[in-house]
Amino acid sequence: MNQPNEITMHLDHSLSARGASIPPETSDPVFTLDNVSVLYGDYSAIRNVTLPIGRNEITAFIGPSGCGKSTLLRSFNRMNDLIPGAHLTGTVAYHGTDIYGPNVDPIEVRRKVGMVFQKPNVFPKSIYENVAYGPKVNGAKGNLDDLVEECLSRAALWNEVKDDLKKSAYALSGGQQQRLVIARCIAVKPEVILMDEPCASLDPLATAKIEDLMVELASDYTIIIVTHNMQQAARVSDRTAFFTAELDDNGIRHGRLVEFGRTRELFSSPTDPRTEDYISGRFG
Amino acid sequence: MSETAEGLSLRQSRPRYGEKIIRSILALAAFVSIFTTFGIVVSLLIPSIEFFLEVPITDFLFGTVWTPLFKNGEFGVIPLLSGTIVITLIAIAVAIPLGLGASIYLSEYASDRVRKVLKPTLEVLAGIPTVVFGFFALEFLTQAILIKIFPEIEVFNALSAGLIMGVMIIPTIASLSEDAMAAVPSGLRDGAYALGSSKRQTAMKVVMPAALSGIVAAFVLGISRAIGETMIVTIAAGLQPQLSFNPLMGMQTMTSYIAAAGSGDLATGSIEYKSIFAVGMLLFLLTFIMNIFSIRLVRRFRQAYQ
Repeated sequence: MNQPNEITMHLDHSLSARGASIPPETSDPVFTLDNVSVLYGDYSAIRNVTLPIGRNEITAFIGPSGCGKSTLLRSFNRMNDLIPGAHLTGTVAYHGTDIYGPNVDPIEVRRKVGMVFQKPNVFPKSIYENVAYGPKVNGAKGNLDDLVEECLSRAALWNEVKDDLKKSAYALSGGQQQRLVIARCIAVKPEVILMDEPCASLDPLATAKIEDLMVELASDYTIIIVTHNMQQAARVSDRTAFFTAELDDNGIRHGRLVEFGRTRELFSSPTDPRTEDYISGRFG
Repeated sequence: MSETAEGLSLRQSRPRYGEKIIRSILALAAFVSIFTTFGIVVSLLIPSIEFFLEVPITDFLFGTVWTPLFKNGEFGVIPLLSGTIVITLIAIAVAIPLGLGASIYLSEYASDRVRKVLKPTLEVLAGIPTVVFGFFALEFLTQAILIKIFPEIEVFNALSAGLIMGVMIIPTIASLSEDAMAAVPSGLRDGAYALGSSKRQTAMKVVMPAALSGIVAAFVLGISRAIGETMIVTIAAGLQPQLSFNPLMGMQTMTSYIAAAGSGDLATGSIEYKSIFAVGMLLFLLTFIMNIFSIRLVRRFRQAYQ
């Protein structure tokens, strides 16, 4: 029964080379979640998560639909504040400061913690204006040409768009739009980038480009990615958190963190049978 | 064998008359408005041509005195045009900022509960008969308020008519702009907030530009309503055609001339009678040009953003 099946073997091959150098324990966490639950009204989407996020690491959140992984991701930059009735208990500490504590401005949090969404949500503006938007609303003055070029280069998009900076961002392909969103995000100079299924609407080639970019960006940024694609988690991430949806005693569905560890270990020798079932494709 | 061959017939088994009748009725419904517009143009055109055979078109377009009911009256339309423009400008100066402000509040700031009460309440304003607005302008606004601020104001004046007309147009602009902003995908708002935008920055720099074509269309519709509005100006702005840009004076607009002259006892076929159609033609052309212009504008913004 414990023979490695085809899928896990295949995943094993695609495990990122980065994985080898990752220490077993997170030593220098950027974020520390302590007993975090997110509630919508009385209904809790995810319960009792305790988890560190390592600096300059890529942490992947995987799990079946409805396990609360996207909800949890949105609590790192207080995006859940925008949903009426959403409420968080526990602490989300960013370098030791609870971002839900008093005297914390969510706008300041979002400047430090950027986000890339499932659907490329470029603004109906020019390519240039999309990248310059963040710095402008954050008070940047003067010429932003150098910054725009730097961010577009960093997002591996500059060579494709350098002659069309004044063109509408809607003229770009989906993959290019998603890289533009990444450029727009890093223009604000965040420390952390949250990615909510960033490749869900992209073709395999565009996905490969975004994955390469993620690994490249991890040298300067801390990245948390939610993905449905387990191979993607295996390919790009250093650590993986596996979530699942459970029913409580009252029959209410909610998300739980099942297992968290180095991606290599979690995929090759998961400790929890639910993790093993999920990554070997037996459920979910 | 022959039975199965007959059973396989794919010809229409019975005539479907109902389909044709419904189709004709629906097409008729669609064409009624087109025929009506066409009919209006024709009925305006013939008396207008007769009018311009007697009054040179340059005298009409550039003349500054409008005294059609006098003996040897003059037919310079400029005073009516200036009256229309002054009152329309006052109205949009009220309606655009307030209407746009209301729409931003409703779409970006108000909670669901507030919006559900406020939007229908605002739309009730659009249902008040314009004759009520007109008397409100004359009896309340002018007599109780404006006369205290501007003692020299005339009883019939452009200011009260313009202000109240602006109030009348607010719901049109607010409601249509709100629809346009509500249609902006929430992903764009999320993107803006995630970059550290405040609510104001999100509304002004992302949502409003994204909804611009709809907002411009709302403005143009509001302006068209102001140009075409008749009852408020007839009641509150007076019936004196004068070339002036002083809003404290009475003014006559193109529409109020048509209403006043049309309801009088002018002899059919007289030059005064025909002048109604000439003014109507001009009014029709103005709103027609406005509509063409707005369609162009909306299309241009759309192209830029898609």
